Amino acid sequence: MKRWLVQHADALRDALRRIAASPLSTALSLFVIGIALTLPAAGWLLIDNVRLAARSASGVQQISLFMAADADRKAAAEIESRLQSTAPGAWRFVPREEALKRLQGGEGMAEIVASLPRNPLPDAFVVEPADTSPAAMDALAKTFAGWPRVAHVQLDSAWAHRFDALLRIGRLAVAMLGAVFAAALVAVTFNTIRLQILAQAAEIEVARLIGATDGWIRRPFLYFGALQGAAGGLLAAALAALGTHLLNDPVAALAALYGSGFALRGPTAADAAALAGIGALLGLAGAQISVAIHLRRFG
Amino acid sequence: MIVCSGVGKRYPGGLTALADVSCEIATGEMVFVAGHSGAGKSTLVKLFAAIERPTAGGIVVNGQNLAALRPGAIPYLRRNFGLVFQDQKLLFDRNALENVLLPLAIVGTPRHEALRRAQAALDKVGLLERAKANPVALSGGEQQRLAIARAVVNRPAILLADEPTANLDAESAAGILDIFRAFHGVGVTVIVATHDPQPQPGARVLRLAHGRIAA
Repeated sequence: MKRWLVQHADALRDALRRIAASPLSTALSLFVIGIALTLPAAGWLLIDNVRLAARSASGVQQISLFMAADADRKAAAEIESRLQSTAPGAWRFVPREEALKRLQGGEGMAEIVASLPRNPLPDAFVVEPADTSPAAMDALAKTFAGWPRVAHVQLDSAWAHRFDALLRIGRLAVAMLGAVFAAALVAVTFNTIRLQILAQAAEIEVARLIGATDGWIRRPFLYFGALQGAAGGLLAAALAALGTHLLNDPVAALAALYGSGFALRGPTAADAAALAGIGALLGLAGAQISVAIHLRRFG
Repeated sequence: MIVCSGVGKRYPGGLTALADVSCEIATGEMVFVAGHSGAGKSTLVKLFAAIERPTAGGIVVNGQNLAALRPGAIPYLRRNFGLVFQDQKLLFDRNALENVLLPLAIVGTPRHEALRRAQAALDKVGLLERAKANPVALSGGEQQRLAIARAVVNRPAILLADEPTANLDAESAAGILDIFRAFHGVGVTVIVATHDPQPQPGARVLRLAHGRIAA
């Protein structure tokens, strides 16, 4: 166990030494990997931000539940208790008096309302579901519609469906872009490792002759690939953070013009860690393939 | 203990390097494999360490039949040997000490102990003061001694040297042989391929001619 740890520590040190030994070429491949990861990461952030912006635009993610006009408070209390037991998210009870008062507040509506013989508005509930996926919203609306004394359930589901479809296309496009750039990252690592193996040919040959296992010979190259990929992932996170930072002020200004307090969300620490992890895995894959192919020549 | 029975080696292209070689080298023995250039000395030495594979016959090293060895087991077989090559195969991108540290790194010796043992090995071949020197800066005899230090640092049971004195002057060559004799003296099996065996007390000469054991 101790020897195993020593060997891994040695391999890691070896990999770091190789990185330090060729700073320029390491920086260049790092740059390529960073950019390859930045583009899909930025696309993913963009979609995430669009989704957040849409959520902050009001009305989209609500279900309005209107009681029958002649339903009394007891019926409303029944609905309330059902909402309590279903717990679909947040909800608010809007009594018919409050609705009428709000209607009166509208321009030129006061006279019209005053001329009405009685309050024509029903009691209502406004539900903001926790799960806002169109399928869940539809299911909730259907459930609400089946409850007693509920006259009408309103859900702007067509809009939600369209928006969701758009998001799905966007996600797919980003995934395809990501796949292409992931392949590029693997290729870059493959080539870096190939050059390293050529440079280390003498050491590899001697090590083989004096009893090194394939694993021992491979290990520093694998560490190198994973480290380079992880560093590239961190670089991508930094570039994406820089991009959102630069865009944030203009976007906030635009949102303010629409009366919204929306702000762009940059990559979080978890996003950066995920990017580093993805980069490390792809780098490791590139190194694995390169090592498997190029070490075969050393019988 | 190395046992060869009917070993043959034919290279692609038809060159027969060894034919029907049978021999036995006991543990702790000192053996010179002698013969003219092209007699098959190097080939025999390479077969022992599974650097080459025989095309006929069988070789058993310390009870292990080399023919039945999985490729994954070859590195562990080689760790039984300290190998000294004709062309030394030193690494010129690192100093003498780091060359000697390589076999220790391969088996995962902790850094501190590795340093101690590498220095001891350099001391044994009289190169301790040259530990920081690059092998390029060493003389031919010193390079050969460095190669020996690297071969013995893991305390192998068998020291296997291929023409270790071929390119050295008489004095350096005598020094190298002294080192081999010292290892033989502490129980290491020493096998030296050479075209020019010096009579050594307690050493046996295994003579090859045209790929066969000569009488």
